[in-house]
Amino acid sequence: MRHLLSTGDLSRDEATLVLDTAAELAQVSGRSVKKLPTLRGRTVVNLFYEDSTRTRTSFELAAKRLSADVINFSAKGSSVSKGESLKDTALTLQAMGADGVVVRHPASGAAHRLAGWVDGAVLNAGDGTHEHPTQALLDAYTMRARTGRVEGLRVAVVGDVLHSRVARSNVLLLHTLGAEVTLVAPPTLMPVSVHTWPCAVSYDLDAVLPKTDVVMLLRVQAERMQNAFFPTAREYSRRYGLDRDRLARLPDHAIVMHPGPMVRGMEISAEVADSARSTISEQVANGVSVRMAALYLLLGGS
Amino acid sequence: MTHSSAAHLIRGARLTGRDPADILIRDGVIAEVGPGLSAPDARVVEADGLIALPGLVDLHTHLREPGREDAETVASGARAAAAGGYTAVHAMANTDPVADTAGVVEQVWRLGRESGHCDVQPVGAVTRGLAGERLAELGAMAESAAAVRVFSDDGMCVSDPLLMRRALEYVKAFDGVVAQHAQDPRLTEGAQMNEGVVSDRLGLAGWPAVAEEAIIARDCLLTEHVGSRLHVCHVSTKGSVQILRWAKSRGCDVTAEVTPHHLLLTDDLAESYDPIYKVNPPLRTAEDVQALREALADGTIDCVATDHAPHPAEAKETEWATAAMGMLGLETALSIVQHTMVDTGLLDWAGVAERMSAAPARIGRLSGHGRPIAPGEPANVTLYEADTAWEVDPAALASKSANTPYRGMRLPGRVTATFLRGTPTVLDGKIQ
Repeated sequence: MRHLLSTGDLSRDEATLVLDTAAELAQVSGRSVKKLPTLRGRTVVNLFYEDSTRTRTSFELAAKRLSADVINFSAKGSSVSKGESLKDTALTLQAMGADGVVVRHPASGAAHRLAGWVDGAVLNAGDGTHEHPTQALLDAYTMRARTGRVEGLRVAVVGDVLHSRVARSNVLLLHTLGAEVTLVAPPTLMPVSVHTWPCAVSYDLDAVLPKTDVVMLLRVQAERMQNAFFPTAREYSRRYGLDRDRLARLPDHAIVMHPGPMVRGMEISAEVADSARSTISEQVANGVSVRMAALYLLLGGS
Repeated sequence: MTHSSAAHLIRGARLTGRDPADILIRDGVIAEVGPGLSAPDARVVEADGLIALPGLVDLHTHLREPGREDAETVASGARAAAAGGYTAVHAMANTDPVADTAGVVEQVWRLGRESGHCDVQPVGAVTRGLAGERLAELGAMAESAAAVRVFSDDGMCVSDPLLMRRALEYVKAFDGVVAQHAQDPRLTEGAQMNEGVVSDRLGLAGWPAVAEEAIIARDCLLTEHVGSRLHVCHVSTKGSVQILRWAKSRGCDVTAEVTPHHLLLTDDLAESYDPIYKVNPPLRTAEDVQALREALADGTIDCVATDHAPHPAEAKETEWATAAMGMLGLETALSIVQHTMVDTGLLDWAGVAERMSAAPARIGRLSGHGRPIAPGEPANVTLYEADTAWEVDPAALASKSANTPYRGMRLPGRVTATFLRGTPTVLDGKIQ
């Protein structure tokens, strides 16, 4: 593994190695001194072209717990806002000797392009509507921690699949790990070729819920209704939102996940988000361990 | 340029691929054609094993001048055209300022005459500023020194059906043709590549085939209704081919072009996220490519047009979504057509002459081009060596830009000479 650009690039063994490594590194977070010397002297650049406090902080914490030097390079207030191209920024980072670049960018494929311009490892922290590999890895980690397995789990991914990098990364990774994924959304929010993806598709959330071990909700932006993806936010919520009544349709052991940020009252009701079945804060905590594992595996060698 | 006034005796060329013959060029016209010609005063061009084609004509070229001289100029584009075997190109109107007045089209026309490498026939914009709101002064451009006959908002679609109807009607007065860039704007907002399996996987906003096909269907019906002439630019889908076939069978006066890249390249190339493959209309699927080849072979698609679209390096060395759309085409077109159409047995060399010279000249109403290689005709001739191969080196191209999708590919065939009204613009494979 030289870069982490897509979960589709990970073999089953590689994905399992990331999860196992994350489990080992998670123990560090339980200590009073939460730090390992593993990446001492290595430089990790957080290159964020979109605001994302959650993901950027998670990567920053992960790198610091491995003793790496971390530079936060935000697109706002930097040379980027003065019109510098992604390539020139990449060459600048290259000249500064970045060993790893964590990149978040609004354009699909930006991480791929960056990987062609720098020698260091590139970690895709979300590129447009393409992928968000570490989110899928932390989701799989959370499922495994809660249920003891990933293989054979029935996972429903509900929401704006069309525009979701989380959905793409999850479908590929969960398929590799042997889970059975069902995507649930109104047809307008499904990609046209979704039938070629390694998963099932349903437009009926109520029918899917009783046969589900994990429900993963995706953020749905209310602005989507302006492009006629759905008539109103209320109608979306009525048909696809997870509220208390729908929660009752799930098997008792089922868990509820959300990659954040949530729109309470849209795709998830407040009481579901705060219920004991919700893994939302665990996902955040696990995110640090999984990102430590990814950095360790990509940068840890000589 | 040298040898301009000299007579040339082309010895042993295969006329549109048939039996070898000599061609004597004198005073800008073809003086004689036949075996064993002699002319002591003529410079001899040995053409043993070479194919002689009428000089190629491009209906769709972006020369970028005025406005983007960093990407291409009329002069550099004309040199690239000559190198590709072209003797006439139609310069698209989406310059800055837009070619929507007699003044701008005459400027482009004059720059082409000064270059001397290729006839440059300006295309006039259909609407002012390509804005799709009000007609440009089509009559003034038609009556100008540039004598514009092809009108196009290329890059933008004339999507308003009423405006399209009026444009089709209006150009009848001077035997004009509206060349439509068929792309429904609402169905392609933010679109990045062909909508399908690959776009869904890559998370790039899809550009559905129906956005092209719906406009073509509408425009064929409008053309039939008002009895005018429609040309469809860069057809890219199997569905478009089916609609054109249907329209032609009804007697609609519609013609169509296909680009070399749509005859060869497919949307899976976007997997690299390298925007060298980003183009409008987008690269489609292998099934579309096959349908386009068959349509060009059977005449449903009338001609090949390059959509030569130069861009500076920084417009392509970027993330996909911000990159410019378009690719170079003039210097590789004939090789790509040989590779996709001739070497596959779909078209013979006479067919190539029809699709790359005679048909586009007819559609553009260029009386001095696309003529057969016969005594008394203008001496616009291209000599082509089919039994060779070359590796595409972007830096070695005559275009000012280097955005060719064929970098490093081995392509068949090379243009060894191009004559524009008897003057060699390319000789021994070198631009004169």
